[in-house]
Amino acid sequence: MTLYTSTVVTPRRRSRAWSKLGESTLYAIGLPIVLLVIWGVWATLAPATFFPPPLEILDAFIETWIGPAFLTDVLPSLGRLAIGIVLSIVIGIVAGTLIGLNRWLRELLEPVFEFFRAVPPPVLLPIAVVLMGPTDGMKVVVIVIGSVWPILLNTIEGVRATDSVMTETARSFALRPAERLRFLTLPSASPRIMAGVRQSLSIALILMVISEMFYSSSGLGFKIVYFQRNYLIAEMWSGILLLGLIGILLAAIFSVVERRVLRWYHGIKEVERA
Amino acid sequence: MRTLRKFALGVAGILGFLITWQLLPTLGIVDPAYFPTATATLADLGQQFRDLEFWRNVGRTLTAWAIGLVIATVLAAVLGTVIGLVPFLRRATHTTVEFLRPIPSVALIPLAVLMYGYQLQAALVIIVFASFWQVFIQVLYGVADVDAVARDTARSFGLSRGSRIVNLVFPTALPYLMTGLRLAATVALILAITAEMFIGNPGLGREIVFAQSAGDWPLVYALVLVTGILGVLINLVFRMIERRSLSWHQSVRGEEVL
Repeated sequence: MTLYTSTVVTPRRRSRAWSKLGESTLYAIGLPIVLLVIWGVWATLAPATFFPPPLEILDAFIETWIGPAFLTDVLPSLGRLAIGIVLSIVIGIVAGTLIGLNRWLRELLEPVFEFFRAVPPPVLLPIAVVLMGPTDGMKVVVIVIGSVWPILLNTIEGVRATDSVMTETARSFALRPAERLRFLTLPSASPRIMAGVRQSLSIALILMVISEMFYSSSGLGFKIVYFQRNYLIAEMWSGILLLGLIGILLAAIFSVVERRVLRWYHGIKEVERA
Repeated sequence: MRTLRKFALGVAGILGFLITWQLLPTLGIVDPAYFPTATATLADLGQQFRDLEFWRNVGRTLTAWAIGLVIATVLAAVLGTVIGLVPFLRRATHTTVEFLRPIPSVALIPLAVLMYGYQLQAALVIIVFASFWQVFIQVLYGVADVDAVARDTARSFGLSRGSRIVNLVFPTALPYLMTGLRLAATVALILAITAEMFIGNPGLGREIVFAQSAGDWPLVYALVLVTGILGVLINLVFRMIERRSLSWHQSVRGEEVL
């Protein structure tokens, strides 16, 4: 037996790991580079006013955003965004748990909440700006009012859908309500809560940008509109690029947190699939 | 009995909301000049319902919404199927998709205004960009979700490529497509109204901004109510479409049995 196998087994190529790594890097950066080169060549061959070459945008990006503008415009925007998101998550989960655990309250409030969720959040801006003035507080409040609904409604739904056998088991094992909340209700609702948070993040980002674009004299959104109105096209593109990077950063942070919070859940899913 | 109770409580909730709204300005907790009472707003809303221009604006908003949604869905379904079926394309486009998808579509408003001015096309750029990703990602997942045994069976029964796509890939991806479509419909409405507010193409969003600058607060609140009602209706309609088109599917059948 060994005689045969020894002739069959071929020595493994040493560079396999490296070539695999090289291959996936090539896949990862291949298309973006091709697209950028096409864009660059196109922009040099047939200069279009509104589509400057990528290198020009990169220059503008470094010149515009790296330096004092980062402190005066970018950081405050990010701060408002972060406060808005954290408040939405806290309010959404706390209120959602309270309402979800109480059937009476849930049936009373759900239609009203469904309506609020359906209102396109940017229409709140003209109202908020008059009631509160164009302050930082107003922008945070608008972010919270706009993005709290997906979290709130998903938490209600998730808390409601807790497995009844598990609830009864927890009860007969005499878990205190606080323990039941911590070890049963919240974990079992967490996949839905995270799905709600994911929706809320993009709404919060939209509201941050819009509130600055039209009701502010500083911040990232304001700067982009300012560049557009002054025909500083490359600078405007650099702002769009920066917003894209912020979006990616948010998505990355979310996926790290989600993987931690829902590690057990993804594990179960994988087992079910196999 | 149970549904009756639920219905009664729901109605009570809405009434409670309206009463709170009525009391806030009446008792002077908020300034009635900027926060009209519920009755004033609803009276204004009733007046709007008799105004042809109001219905034209509803029509304009829904037209922009529908055109954007159709373009985005068709593009996303076609691209998603092609990219999802070819492993090479899926790997090659992964980073590009992950970079483009999180860009908030409103960031493109200035660019859209430069390209098309204050017109419908500019709004469509925003609407299509936002709703495209919702459908595209779902279709990508859906196409990849084809059951391995079913795929091999289809192949060994000698189904042609086209027939495999029609009979196997399409039914597998349909639930995903429908979910994507429902999400995209909601997102498209938000951006249709946002675009009207901040790009200025005619529609409900622009009317809100006009009413605000004219200081006509009952009208502002009435229009906000209308946008919410539109959102609820779109959500209901698409949920129904989802249920109808997937009546054969496990997830829907399961719901009805329970």
